[in-house]
Amino acid sequence: MNDKVKSVLYPLATFVVLVALWEIAIRAFKVPNFILPTPYAVLEALQRGYIEGLFWKHFFFTLQSMVFGYVFGCTLAFILGCLFAESKTVEQMFLPFVVALQSMPKVALAPLIIVWFGFGLESKIVMVALVCFFPMFINTAVGLRQTNPALIDLMHAFSASRWHILTRIKIPSAAGHIFAGLQISVVLGLIGAVVAEFVSSTRGLGHLISAAAVNLETNTMFAALISLAALGVAGSLAIRFLHARIVFWDKATATQTAATE
Amino acid sequence: MALFRAESLAVTYSSSRGPVKALEGMDATLGQGEFLSVLGPSGCGKSTLLKVVAGLLKPSAGSVMLGGAPITGPRPDVGIVFQQPTLLPWQNALDNVLLPVRTLGLDLQAGREKAAALMRLVGLEKFSAHYPSELSGGMQQRVGIARSLVHDPALLLMDEPFAALDAMTREHMMMELQRIWMAAGKSVLFITHSIPEAVFLSDRIAVLSERPGRTIRELEIDLPRPRTLDTMADRRFADYCNELRSLFAAQFSDPVPHQVPHQ
Repeated sequence: MNDKVKSVLYPLATFVVLVALWEIAIRAFKVPNFILPTPYAVLEALQRGYIEGLFWKHFFFTLQSMVFGYVFGCTLAFILGCLFAESKTVEQMFLPFVVALQSMPKVALAPLIIVWFGFGLESKIVMVALVCFFPMFINTAVGLRQTNPALIDLMHAFSASRWHILTRIKIPSAAGHIFAGLQISVVLGLIGAVVAEFVSSTRGLGHLISAAAVNLETNTMFAALISLAALGVAGSLAIRFLHARIVFWDKATATQTAATE
Repeated sequence: MALFRAESLAVTYSSSRGPVKALEGMDATLGQGEFLSVLGPSGCGKSTLLKVVAGLLKPSAGSVMLGGAPITGPRPDVGIVFQQPTLLPWQNALDNVLLPVRTLGLDLQAGREKAAALMRLVGLEKFSAHYPSELSGGMQQRVGIARSLVHDPALLLMDEPFAALDAMTREHMMMELQRIWMAAGKSVLFITHSIPEAVFLSDRIAVLSERPGRTIRELEIDLPRPRTLDTMADRRFADYCNELRSLFAAQFSDPVPHQVPHQ
């Protein structure tokens, strides 16, 4: 058997065994359904949710807040990261605040953000953007600073402009770091979206979970969790795919990012 | 008139331990089409000299003239090869060679032809589309040499370009550089701490003292060109090497017994 087949078959085998153990455990210990639903009940909930269509509006709500917040937060982080790395003055002015903000658990801001931006999509987007911001910002700034100094000297010696050095040398050099930031931000962004929905929302997969908890509908909770996991995996894979495509010359950091997951 | 002249060049820079004198009283002259090596022990300010000539660092005293004008900043008539190839990993070999053409805003079409010709000169015409990671260290350094020549500089500046290569590749690259130099007809300022390398390649050698670097000797190398592997077996080659070696041995303050092979 070659490695490619193994890489599909082995996890699949693990999955089948785990589901079987799950089912057996419920039957053997007579676990009530409201504590732990059977795999079949979860499948049923998923089917009901996505075929009858009840889940879709929640799914799209979370997806929307995730995508908009991610793009918004990461773009802003990238631009500010460049400013920070390029200008000593900007760094000196803002570094203490960045450190303070970074040390604070961003999810603690969720209630405040709900107060400021309302119960709708806007507050979720802001929350996602906020948690996405820091890993991306730090990675961009650090990556740009780590550009090979000899390369920068060389560019200066060839009379390259500062803009040219930033866009053609530093940013490509930092691409590995930047993608690592994007990768971390995907996962954190999803956390942000769910937390904001927990605090206050009428939609979203996070809302679905907290609403189902009130009625002890654990099968719905499991179905929503699986949907969230699927979102996270899809996002991670998309970034990893882009990383390998765009930063084709940097195989080392590509696998490194994959390993830190 | 000399193409390049450094006179009583001194560079002092500040560090956390106070001012450091990297160079003090460095003199060198380089004629048109000449190959001059600056030879010195590690930490004698050789790299500082390179930065000054490249226009990346201002001298604290003395003067550096290139083509009759003082060097005050980076200039398009200087080409540089560093110790590491420092190629852009995301561009293929040909695009790497074209880098100075792009930064200096030269005509890209003419640059392409020139770059292709230089890739032929360095013997890599088949590797134009290869990325640096697909090339060996020696090949990467040859791409670096092609890059340093693409904008047709008057002076080629080389900072220990073969230091990072293994011994066998190194010897091969010495031959290659001599061939490229003879074909391109450029003036070369070659910085090295390898005595045989300096003797093999140079018309003249400026010997620097330990830090702060000061020219303690200028030596004319009178060996016929093109020099070959046989040149290195020549008695005069060994004499030059010994002369230089004893010059350094005399300089070191530690009374380390040194052995100079006798003929």
